[in-house]
Amino acid sequence: MNAYATRPELNGPQLPKTPTGIPGFDEITLGGLPRGRPTLLCGAAGCGKTLFAMTFLIEGATGFDEPGVFMSFEEAAPDLAANVASLGYDVPDLVERKKLAIDHVRIERSEIEEAGDYDLEGLFVRLGYAIDQIGAKRVVLDTIESLFSGLANEGVLRAELRRLFAWLKNKGVTAIITAERGEGQLTRHGLEEYVSDCVVLLDNRVQEQIVTRRLRVVKYRGSAHGTNEYPFLIDNHGINVLPITSAGLSYDVSQEPVPTGVSGLDAMLSTGGYFRGSSVLISGGAGTGKTIFSATFADSVCQRGERCLYFAFEESPHQIVRNVRSVGIDLQRHLDRELLHFEAARPSFYGFEMHLTRMNRLLDQFRPQAVVIDPISAFRGPSPEIHAALLRMVDMLKTRGITAVFTTLAPSEDRLMTYADRAVSSLMDTWISLHHIESNGERNRGLYVLKSRGMNNSNQIREYTLADDGVHLREMYLGPSGMLTGSARVAQEAQERAQAYQRDQQTARRRRELERKRRAMERQIAEMQAELDAEEAELHALDEQERENERSREDARAEMAASRGAVK
Amino acid sequence: MTDDASETYQLRLYVAGQTVKSVTALANLKRLCEDHLAGHYSIEVIDLTQNPQLAAGDQILALPTLVRRIPQPLKKVIGDLSNTERVLVGLDIRPVKGEA
Repeated sequence: MNAYATRPELNGPQLPKTPTGIPGFDEITLGGLPRGRPTLLCGAAGCGKTLFAMTFLIEGATGFDEPGVFMSFEEAAPDLAANVASLGYDVPDLVERKKLAIDHVRIERSEIEEAGDYDLEGLFVRLGYAIDQIGAKRVVLDTIESLFSGLANEGVLRAELRRLFAWLKNKGVTAIITAERGEGQLTRHGLEEYVSDCVVLLDNRVQEQIVTRRLRVVKYRGSAHGTNEYPFLIDNHGINVLPITSAGLSYDVSQEPVPTGVSGLDAMLSTGGYFRGSSVLISGGAGTGKTIFSATFADSVCQRGERCLYFAFEESPHQIVRNVRSVGIDLQRHLDRELLHFEAARPSFYGFEMHLTRMNRLLDQFRPQAVVIDPISAFRGPSPEIHAALLRMVDMLKTRGITAVFTTLAPSEDRLMTYADRAVSSLMDTWISLHHIESNGERNRGLYVLKSRGMNNSNQIREYTLADDGVHLREMYLGPSGMLTGSARVAQEAQERAQAYQRDQQTARRRRELERKRRAMERQIAEMQAELDAEEAELHALDEQERENERSREDARAEMAASRGAVK
Repeated sequence: MTDDASETYQLRLYVAGQTVKSVTALANLKRLCEDHLAGHYSIEVIDLTQNPQLAAGDQILALPTLVRRIPQPLKKVIGDLSNTERVLVGLDIRPVKGEA
């Protein structure tokens, strides 16, 4: 809490300061309220004066070991305790441990008769007693102006108040005196005349039906301070001031790519993804799948075990989880592991400043590596304000090195940019444009990388489909009349498949023919062989015959010789 | 003498030290009580410089403060009580005959 307590870059002797412990406020005032002096806190009813003052005391008691006295002229102690109990502050416990003293000063004009000269020494005695009892370093008087309605003698009252503030200074306590905003002057009873060291003004303004709380340090004697009006937030975490003025252009840049979650898209960006810490805009018409691209990105971030913060301005978290499940993205498991956090709110629910303040606090709490803002086009309002808010948003994310994906609704018919686009385009490092391609009586989806700083990106328009298992980038077909998409692409693919089939068929036929030829040839060879074998056999038979004949003739000759009686 | 003498007035005077205002207030009170409430009153002087913790109980802010605890309801008169008429109004005491 006391991270802002000191600012090392400040040189020279500085007024001693007392940190309030209110996030952001100590940064604006370069350390807190003037130590040992009274500060005037003024604002209209319902501005959060009492809460501001109470936070100052409780943070002092718990964070800085500075006990405090709360002198209430309006609310009783139990009411005060109940009011801040919802913020997690345990007032009775602090009172018990003598870290906090609450004194309720009730003044009822009807039961008081003024008869003669008097002073407010009783108030001094009570306050002095309370301070001494717990060794208080901080004091709150809320709202001391009530005395003006309780006491008739304004002359005495003014003299006594002047004495009181001098006395507080003398006591060395850091005090907050709250006062109602007056017409034509800061406070209704001109208390700024007496408390002049530091004046803080709280404001609650309605602009285009949206309320924004603002805070301004009107004066701070002896110290520099932020002079702007700063938005601040009161919600179930207490007060939070957003001190964004000095978001400079000095953040570190990274070369590390962060995958987009869509493999084809990674390939279109030469680095294989967005740069870490860069800002990405995904623009597209209704139904182009902006949320699905964002969810795919969130899914891939969480799959790597990193944290992702998803600001949903148009759909409820449940709706998003359900819808992207239809394309096979399961965000629920990341929610269960607390890697993904949804923050859903209607844009009109708060002013821009309030959204920024909430965002700022969430970024500090959740410390995500990636953020999705879906969509920025949901913000309506005066254009310069949108631009300023987006600029701060981008700066806020960049200084933290968070990769951010913004979506915006762009009219799909003409690709003209809306004002928000124009305002934001120069802030974005990568811009992916999704749009409908109308041809052959159907609408198909195409995307291209409109720009991507610091990398070589594809200039191709790629068709993508949203299937059961996520986003797929399709190969692009170029026909005689341009790019083929949808069923034309399917027809082209079918034709190619048919041709391939035909080729296959032809080859098979030729192979069969060859086989047949070979078989024929082999048969012929076999026949000739058989013929040859037959001839050979015949020849052999003739040979046998001849030899037989020879033997017969010899036998006959011998017989004839024998019969002739010739003896050898 | 008061018309209804049955009730006793219990009065508390809160002061802070022996200031001029304190002394004047006490003197004025005593005189006033003798004149209008003789025998029917008791005065308790509380010096807040001695007992500061008692200031919150009766919601003391201005000094001197005179508190009428009994009879009910609680009544307060602030100041040095120099304006007798206003003190009597504040304490709801009807002046004795002949003095009004």
